[in-house]
Amino acid sequence: MRKLLAVWAAKLASVAGLLVGKKSSSTPGAIALKICPDLIRILSKELTKGVICTCGTNGKTTTNNLLNSALKQCGYTTVCNDLGANMLSGVAAAFAKSCNLFGKLRGDWAVLEIDEAFARKVFAHLTPNYMVVTNLFRDQLDRYGEIDTTMALLREAIAMHPNLTLILNGDDPLSSQFGEGRRAYYYGISEQVLPQSDNMEEGRFCAKCGKEQHYHFTHYNQLGDYYCPHCGNKRPQIDFSATDVDLSGSMKFTVNHQVPIHVNYRGFYNIYNILAVYSALQVMGITNQDFNAILSDYKPQIGRMELIDLGKPFILNLAKNPAGFNQAIQTVMLDKRRKDVIVAINATANDGKDLSWLWDANFDQLADENLNRLYVSGVRRHDLALRFRYADIPVERICDSVEEALKLCLTTDAEVCYVLVNYSVLFSTQSTMLELQKNLPAGGEA
Amino acid sequence: MAQYSLTILHLFPDLLNLYGDKGNIASLKKRLIWRGLDAKVNLHTNRETPPDFENTDILFLGGGSDKEQALVLDILSNYRDSLLDYVEKGGVLLAFCGGFPMLGTTIETPDGTINGLGILDIHTTLTKKRMIGDVILSSSLCQSPICGFENHPGATWIGDYKPLGTVLTGNGNDGTQTHEGLLYKNVFASYLHGPLFPKNPELCDVILARALKHKYPDFSELSPLDNSLEESANHYIVQNFMPK
Repeated sequence: MRKLLAVWAAKLASVAGLLVGKKSSSTPGAIALKICPDLIRILSKELTKGVICTCGTNGKTTTNNLLNSALKQCGYTTVCNDLGANMLSGVAAAFAKSCNLFGKLRGDWAVLEIDEAFARKVFAHLTPNYMVVTNLFRDQLDRYGEIDTTMALLREAIAMHPNLTLILNGDDPLSSQFGEGRRAYYYGISEQVLPQSDNMEEGRFCAKCGKEQHYHFTHYNQLGDYYCPHCGNKRPQIDFSATDVDLSGSMKFTVNHQVPIHVNYRGFYNIYNILAVYSALQVMGITNQDFNAILSDYKPQIGRMELIDLGKPFILNLAKNPAGFNQAIQTVMLDKRRKDVIVAINATANDGKDLSWLWDANFDQLADENLNRLYVSGVRRHDLALRFRYADIPVERICDSVEEALKLCLTTDAEVCYVLVNYSVLFSTQSTMLELQKNLPAGGEA
Repeated sequence: MAQYSLTILHLFPDLLNLYGDKGNIASLKKRLIWRGLDAKVNLHTNRETPPDFENTDILFLGGGSDKEQALVLDILSNYRDSLLDYVEKGGVLLAFCGGFPMLGTTIETPDGTINGLGILDIHTTLTKKRMIGDVILSSSLCQSPICGFENHPGATWIGDYKPLGTVLTGNGNDGTQTHEGLLYKNVFASYLHGPLFPKNPELCDVILARALKHKYPDFSELSPLDNSLEESANHYIVQNFMPK
């Protein structure tokens, strides 16, 4: 009975939220859990197949939602927190939403993105069958603390379920550690693709013996083919391996020398997201699908290298931490068109209030001969302007609003404009861009 | 070759790299170069050989994660006497974030007491709750308030040493919200981590001037720079985080 009440309350709260125009996807869950603290446990037992969850600093939402989309295309019904509400209440909301009015859950798989710090709490409420760990990078140190703390929390969560099967990024010496002595599968990119650079802030030292480890090649940050010359620890045997990577046009690579992948995604890191989903499906025994068709049908969440045409291409990208920005910057630099770049940063509680990481991210690399004009905005635009001043990169203008920066970019002779933002800047920026698109003069290039 | 030249030695940037210390190093370097002076930044990462204190004008010890800080403390304790000598002779030492408590006598942790380098007679107790947030100080060194960000688990008790500033916003060294940082000879210590100098150019210049005077007794003063951008970033913090 409490379960039914809780489901109704969550549904009501969700409708009420829609009516007042709030998009919070976790409040209904919080209410439901108040009424029925056991809700997730009860409902997750009604799943006909099981639970797969995704953790990791970057790529969680894309990996999880792509996996969800794949399972749905394979004919399964899913429970999914696809709006990224990844704490306990968000998970509860996803389950409540998937119930009918009689409180009966309709779902084969629960496909859940889970915040690293909350995995322990969520895992106390359900029994996951599979878990993907995408990567671990430093992230919002004022909220999460050091990466060692995050790892300890995840290790604790994983230890709660001895039968959990892990799907891990084998190129990441931090994520790979979770597979020790457990049933685990690894994915990785098994050739050098990008220019080699040293940006190793975490994972520089061997997880086993603490001495500095070496690499046959690196991809970015601590990801790569690592080995420790001191104790012999090394990148695990890779079960799902990407090779023949070609990023010159659209994205192409081959998995295990057999399965060609060809998609219109941007950003090297998306190889990992795709590999994670491919590996998960294989490990789950769901293999009878046309994987490329699944990929081309997937609609990314907003601000994932989102292309918005404003007479010329504007590309909106969300990044939340140095690793995310480094990857965004690298993607911008691989684009050899003449370009404008807008960087906009806020520092709300959701973004992380400590902006010291701006100095650890590779903003220095934004300058090359193809950079036309650089604009900064967001409430911490002055910090950004300082970051560029001390890197000798001229900022064209410090804009009070992103809209001002966008309008300025409309008038330049650049061929493309990249808009790099952090979390709380994202939604308003996208709205502004879509508004500008609507008001484009008729006859503008589509 | 400029008339004046400073060598900055960044201690173990491979281990202590958590909070944008690069921002401070960039400020020290650029603010010399923009004035036509020479600046050289050396990175000391070798754990087997002593840091070259002799040829250093500004020594920088930053912050890292707990594990890495313990390792650095362990390595530096081998060179404790020469570091003390450097400090007592008036060498400039910047110890920010995790580097600050390392200079003291002891650090009490839940698992026992760790010996610090014993350069300063201060001690630290690790608290359960980390002290995290924006910080504003008033300091006799600068006209503008000093703005920064703290994130430390240690309460550091500085006794009779002079602090860097009086707390207007933030926890301070020890959580009593009274004073922050420490000044001793040419040692500047603070829990304000990472990019402190970009937003506080006056503080950076005070330190550069001290280092120049220590090395060149005939040095008079630094030429002025346009700090308007630095000041706007500083003002933003003051306007938004100063208690009303």
